[in-house]
Amino acid sequence: MTDLTKLGVAAIRTGVASGEFNAVEVAEAFNANVAAAKALNAFIVETPEKAIEAAQAVDADRAAGNPLGKMAGVPIGMKDLFCTEGVQTTAASHILEGFVPTYESTVSANLWKAGAGMLGKLNMDQFAMGSSNETSYFGNVISPWRRGGGDNAALAPGGSSGGSSSAIAARLCPAATGTDTGGSIRQPAAFVGISGIKPTYGRCSRWGVVAFASSLDQAGPMSRDVRDCAIMLEAMAGFDPKDSTSLDLPVPEWEAGLNSDLRGKKVGIPKEYRLDGIDEDIAAMWDNGIAWLKDAGAEIVDISLPHTKYALPAYYIIAPAEASSNLARYDGVRYGLRDLPDGAGLQDMYAATRAAGFGAEVRRRIMIGTYVLSAGFYDAYYTQAQKVRALIARDFEAAWAQCDLILAPTAPSAAFGLGEKTSDPLAMYLNDVFAVPASLAGLPAMSVPGGLDKQGLPLGLQIVGKALDEQGVLNAGLAIEERAGFTAEAEKWW
Amino acid sequence: MLAATTGLLAIRTTRNPMSVDKDTVNKIAKLSRIAISDEEAEKMVGELNGILAWVEQLGEVDCSGVEPMTAVIPNHLRLRDDVVTDGDVRERVLANAPAREGSFFGVPKVIE
Amino acid sequence: MSEYRIQGITGEWEVVIGLEVHAQVTSNAKLFSGASAAYGGEPNSHVSLVDAAMPGMLPVPNRECIRQAVRTGMAINAQINKWSRFDRKNYFYADLPQGYQISQLYHPIVGEGEIEVILDEKDANSPRKTIGIERIHVEQDAGKLMHDQHPTMSYVDLNRSGVALMEIVSRPDMRSPAEAGAYVKKLRSILRYVGSCDGNMEEGSMRADVNVSVRKPGEEFGTRTETKNVNSIRFVMQAIEVEARRQVDLIEDGGTVVQETRLFDPNKLETRSMRSKEDAHDYRYFPDPDLLPLELDDAFLEECRASLPELPDAKRARYEAMGLTAYNAAVLTAEAETAFWFEDLLAERVDPKQGSNWLLSELFGALNRLGKSLEESPVNPKQAAELLGLVADGTISGSISKQVFEIMLETGQGAAAIVEEKGLKQTSDTGAIEAEIAKIIAANEDKVAEYRSGKDKLFGFFVGQTMKAMGGKANPGVVNELLKKALDQ
Ligand SMILES: [Mg+2]
Ligand SMILES: [Zn+2]
Repeated sequence: MTDLTKLGVAAIRTGVASGEFNAVEVAEAFNANVAAAKALNAFIVETPEKAIEAAQAVDADRAAGNPLGKMAGVPIGMKDLFCTEGVQTTAASHILEGFVPTYESTVSANLWKAGAGMLGKLNMDQFAMGSSNETSYFGNVISPWRRGGGDNAALAPGGSSGGSSSAIAARLCPAATGTDTGGSIRQPAAFVGISGIKPTYGRCSRWGVVAFASSLDQAGPMSRDVRDCAIMLEAMAGFDPKDSTSLDLPVPEWEAGLNSDLRGKKVGIPKEYRLDGIDEDIAAMWDNGIAWLKDAGAEIVDISLPHTKYALPAYYIIAPAEASSNLARYDGVRYGLRDLPDGAGLQDMYAATRAAGFGAEVRRRIMIGTYVLSAGFYDAYYTQAQKVRALIARDFEAAWAQCDLILAPTAPSAAFGLGEKTSDPLAMYLNDVFAVPASLAGLPAMSVPGGLDKQGLPLGLQIVGKALDEQGVLNAGLAIEERAGFTAEAEKWW
Repeated sequence: MLAATTGLLAIRTTRNPMSVDKDTVNKIAKLSRIAISDEEAEKMVGELNGILAWVEQLGEVDCSGVEPMTAVIPNHLRLRDDVVTDGDVRERVLANAPAREGSFFGVPKVIE
Repeated sequence: MSEYRIQGITGEWEVVIGLEVHAQVTSNAKLFSGASAAYGGEPNSHVSLVDAAMPGMLPVPNRECIRQAVRTGMAINAQINKWSRFDRKNYFYADLPQGYQISQLYHPIVGEGEIEVILDEKDANSPRKTIGIERIHVEQDAGKLMHDQHPTMSYVDLNRSGVALMEIVSRPDMRSPAEAGAYVKKLRSILRYVGSCDGNMEEGSMRADVNVSVRKPGEEFGTRTETKNVNSIRFVMQAIEVEARRQVDLIEDGGTVVQETRLFDPNKLETRSMRSKEDAHDYRYFPDPDLLPLELDDAFLEECRASLPELPDAKRARYEAMGLTAYNAAVLTAEAETAFWFEDLLAERVDPKQGSNWLLSELFGALNRLGKSLEESPVNPKQAAELLGLVADGTISGSISKQVFEIMLETGQGAAAIVEEKGLKQTSDTGAIEAEIAKIIAANEDKVAEYRSGKDKLFGFFVGQTMKAMGGKANPGVVNELLKKALDQ
């Protein structure tokens, strides 16, 4: 029998539906891989019994001839930012250690309704703040990838959805949820050679997802290929009256709409992303991407996104500002950690709890956010950043007059080693330089594998689309996937 | 490492006109309700100044006549009907309380 | 309108007052969650996961709360902002689960308006004054802390957390405790007319933050203090009085007033600094990223306007035009319940003058005696109209109507049924009345002689005797006529 853990979402769904294998067998196979991969530290909590339960229900439905959901029989990993009823949810923070939600996030509930099962809660950067998965209270996630030539240095799986990327690349799950605030789906996908899409802001409900920066946070799927992303996004997305920013639109049939024929499509290449010091492997991969899209029938046009340079600084005002307020609820009163030093009053308890509960990066961002919102600085920082954000959105609007999609690298480099960038927060922030503009504008954006660099590490190509045009993004992703022939896998060492 | 990069990846290290000192760091920490040691505050001075100096390049963008962004995607605020659909879930509300006192959350005594 | 002056050692001082009134919006559910907004309830029972600020919970605004704020704004002729938005006011306190209050700072839903107040509602000649309203915004209420349940702990109850409030901010236009009292009264009356707030100050549905400063008349405004959460009109007036006095004494003693929040202690009749809130002064307001801007369309505004009732000032003018006294018109319109009761009475075709006199004397007198409010009145407008109709058409006399009303209050029976059952119908049967008059004249010859010799006042005595003999059921007009005829012959 084939190794079921080699299969992706579509293959598992089809196999289960046809009776080639049953869902419980699939769940057991992935449970075993999860159990054997502690070295990657991809999961904070493992829930093998949940995976089995969901699989049994699918098998029973199939036996009874009931219709099966879009994700029937597919066990997945759930980023620990999604609240899951009865299962600890921490956002990888000490401050939420032991917190067991009495509710289920809309996105995860949608997935369970579609027949998916949960293998466990995936590790991540604490409160989704980070690009390397080195800020988790529960330890670093290790990428399954290693540089070639006997270099055994542990590499970052990217972040913040690094548990998701590592687990998929290591075949601990065929797919996983991610969230993307400033690149947190795309960059980790790029680092481990998988696909991931951040849909248009408002497609996936934020209800029940631990908030980082509300105006940017968006959930999306991560998986081994474009089709699997389309299937899973269909299951995750949808209008939710409990989220005021949710889009009241029907969910398109993205999987059925997949079509890699790009004739008639124009793809823009933003000149501002062509950095002077750009990594040559990245530049070469980008050129390959352009050639592939041409081959698929697309017309390539040069475009300009003049405010690109300001996206990252604007992001590092807006996201921390929102976070400083969103994270005020972690105060040791209603849930989570409480640190009550002897004789402490209420305000001392807050300060002690939050100092002990939040990691260094979270504390740093809360402080930045507090500062930029504080009296006398609000307009200079926050208002100005929101104006620049409007200009960045306008840049994209102007670009859409010339093209339908934009192609760029996902990240400025391949995966770096753990610890290589932790000493300088700014150096770490720069990792998201290509990912952040689309986040600020709320646009759908996807990363697909574009090849390997000289060290044998995966690189990602990013496609950005117009608002609501996930289909266009997925189709271009598919066109690249079909031509890139990316089959490389991390060699198993864990 | 940063000096090697230019363009988009460059970090401007111009003097920060709103430079943060240790007192300011302590003030922000207090506003944020995060206890901070002296060494931490010391270290944070450098980090915050670095980040703030970098974000201050936004000041060079001409934003005259530009409204700050209010909605990422054109969308309208939906209003719900005035119907009681929730509440009466005390056990769920109190389930994770670090110091539950009967039907209440307990906190160190507040003197008003 | 009033020259309220505080006498200091250095001369006279004037007090300058502005009020921020928090009025709970009348609604079934909370502003951003589906939990009940009802007063009371077991601790932490009217609480949703949103109100408890669980991770990942999001606010969704309640249309009715927005609608009521708009209607209130329209009732004070205010600017309604079709584009507004919610901001977060960030601070840490145990009654504030989110760590921020969702409020409106930069773009409130209601802009400038005004309210006309009359110092003494019951005096038609009482001076009037227009108090400016700066804004009304919508925001969340906080939870409640209890400090007396445990030696070392305070208890948190989130039942109030997230209930919708309107914050109605006046201009610093008031110059005396009486003006401030009249303003709160009038505001409460408007809110009740509109139905946007029940105005129940005991339950905390309305409370005022009182901004007070003092100055020498004609000089610049002084530094103000804000006395928080004063929860009755009397306390508002007292708090102003004592706070103004304190400031005058302080300044004359060489001190300076500090801008701070204070607390009013009605037992000690003093205000005290609230030190616990001292360092929470950088609220870091910014637009709530969980909520989009609030945009109101014309249809919504039209419905708000169309659903507004006639407001107290307009109603009072109309009543005066109907011929009611200024006093009656003022008293009938001062409280919404009275006005609505009276309207119901008018709808039953009761004569306005007869109805207003009866309502203000008979009904109010009875309710006073019974210790009941108008809402608890055992007699409803329909029943009252039946009673008044019997008087109007001569079926019973005014004095019998009082008797009937007493029985109505006791038994809940209808007026006509009581009159029928007890045989209280008034008689105009001249024969029967003349027979009684003849008997009375015969039995009181001395008094007849006195009357005839010029003691006119005795006429009342004969009326009384006749009515008594008739069991009160004789038509007083007929009795008068027949008595005159018999005595003057
Ligand atoms: Mg106030
Ligand atoms: Zn307020």
